[in-house]
Amino acid sequence: MTLTERLRRLDVTTVIMWIIGGLLLFFIVLGSIQSILKGTYTPAQWFDFFVFGISQGSIYALIALGYTMVYGILKMINFAHGEVFMMGALTTYFLADEMNRRGVFDDKGALGPTLLSTLFGLIVLFAVAIFISMTVAVLLERVAYRPLRGAPRLVPLITAIGASFFLQYTARGLYGSNNRSYPNVDLLKGTVTFGQFSIQVVQIVVAVTAIAMMIGLYLFVQRTKTGKAILAVAEDKQAAALMGIDVDRTIVITFALGGAMAGVAAILYAIMFRQAHFFMGFIPGIKAFTAAVLGGIGNIPGAMLGGLFLGIFESLGPTLFLDGLGINSPNQLKDVIAFTMLVLILIFRPTGIIGERLSEKKA
Amino acid sequence: MALLEIENLHTYYGNIHALKGISLEVEKGEVVCLIGSNGAGKSTTLKTVSGLIRPRQGTIRFEGEEVIFLPAHEIARGGVVHVPEGRRCFAQLSVEENLELGAYSRNDKAAIREDLAHVYELFPRLKERRKQYSGTLSGGEQQMLAMGRGLMARPRVLLLDEPSMGLAPVLVDQIFEVIKTLHDEGTTILLVEQNAHMALQVADRGYVIQTGEIVLSDDAKALQHNEMIQRVYLGLA
Repeated sequence: MTLTERLRRLDVTTVIMWIIGGLLLFFIVLGSIQSILKGTYTPAQWFDFFVFGISQGSIYALIALGYTMVYGILKMINFAHGEVFMMGALTTYFLADEMNRRGVFDDKGALGPTLLSTLFGLIVLFAVAIFISMTVAVLLERVAYRPLRGAPRLVPLITAIGASFFLQYTARGLYGSNNRSYPNVDLLKGTVTFGQFSIQVVQIVVAVTAIAMMIGLYLFVQRTKTGKAILAVAEDKQAAALMGIDVDRTIVITFALGGAMAGVAAILYAIMFRQAHFFMGFIPGIKAFTAAVLGGIGNIPGAMLGGLFLGIFESLGPTLFLDGLGINSPNQLKDVIAFTMLVLILIFRPTGIIGERLSEKKA
Repeated sequence: MALLEIENLHTYYGNIHALKGISLEVEKGEVVCLIGSNGAGKSTTLKTVSGLIRPRQGTIRFEGEEVIFLPAHEIARGGVVHVPEGRRCFAQLSVEENLELGAYSRNDKAAIREDLAHVYELFPRLKERRKQYSGTLSGGEQQMLAMGRGLMARPRVLLLDEPSMGLAPVLVDQIFEVIKTLHDEGTTILLVEQNAHMALQVADRGYVIQTGEIVLSDDAKALQHNEMIQRVYLGLA
């Protein structure tokens, strides 16, 4: 096809879209160059933004796994997944608070701030949060989604939104609408410094735990028999049943795994931001959904990559792109940046970063 | 008592009456073929047997036990293994992973390894491609994979749905060679085919299905010489 033919085939919408994309890209580059040249921020501060982005992004990624796995297997967006995360964090708060009062996390208690007691405390918190989020996710599937399997796709979607509100207000009814502040874990307070750069210990712990969980989940899905059954059911439920795979049970396992990841994310969020309330699932949930779309929904490594990418983008983006353009307090615009990215991805690359393989199959 | 007994099966798609009282039997060790044209109800029969579709009426007995209300995965675990039309291999898994999933309900690791070797012996092509994603295989290779995957379950009865569909003549011959080998090894097979000529050559007995009803059943040899069969299904004068 010659160039002129190609030009003739372009329709107006495509041209306008590309112009918008081009302008955005131009301002991003311009803003970045100016921000860096202005030198308001030191390299150490840029590094801080980056590290914060990684740890926040890894929390998004963990939640995104729940969205992406459920989408992969049921072709449905579980909009109540943010509430699965919230339930884990908010319910576990009461245990965390009690443990804190008994001095598990600081030097007031009889146990002292030993590595052992902190480690034990955190492991218990993780276990409880995983259990609660898993239970909520499995109940959700059982009560809200399974009876609607085979219904038109809009129906479970609306149910998911309803379930999301149900869980939010159940949490408010049970635990009240206060903002609960999670205990400060003494041993996670410090920073690690090398040269002019420093990283908070809590950020290291968050990123390392999240990435370890993601690798574990990936290996589980790729290597174990149950994992392969999940992949088989995601691809063709009837053919999977003909292999002797119990499709319903496999779907429950998928929800449970997604719930477990949300439970881990809940505690990581809690030790990083030290707060929990009944509405806390909404924004991280939507962000994680964005991350899943960004990576290519239905794709597990995609969700991990998308989460990290979104976290870094959101953390560096406002300062890097907007500060140089003379926009005041750009950090308040970080959600704008995140969701602009969602829109752009949907327009220019609906398959996500590595969603190609999946979409080819479904085509 | 036959291994698989189907009696008076009525299956509907919505209001469409697809099977109107099908009855057939498969004895242990037999290859039975079910021939008929497009839309006659061949695949529907197999899907009803393997539990993918629920019949409204009728009984299906496997080894004398009623299986009609079992979910599809339990029927498969019981040894009724359905190799579906259109192969339906798992495109995102490798050839070997597909075969391993065939043995999903089994736990005897050593025997699974033996069966894997046996499948590779029947289909050397699959061994060459074992690390490849099954989505990248040709149609013939995918058919081999689907059959191999079915064999990995150690079927007590193998339901083959149109194994020759859309394949080049050379490959059709290969597939039927394998069906003969399986027959010699004592595998019980219920074969659904549009290619009546090939099907009647490998089968012991055959049923002819037309618009949801069995219109004829006989020894394969006798069917091959039946005038109506020759005219309608074999294209002979």
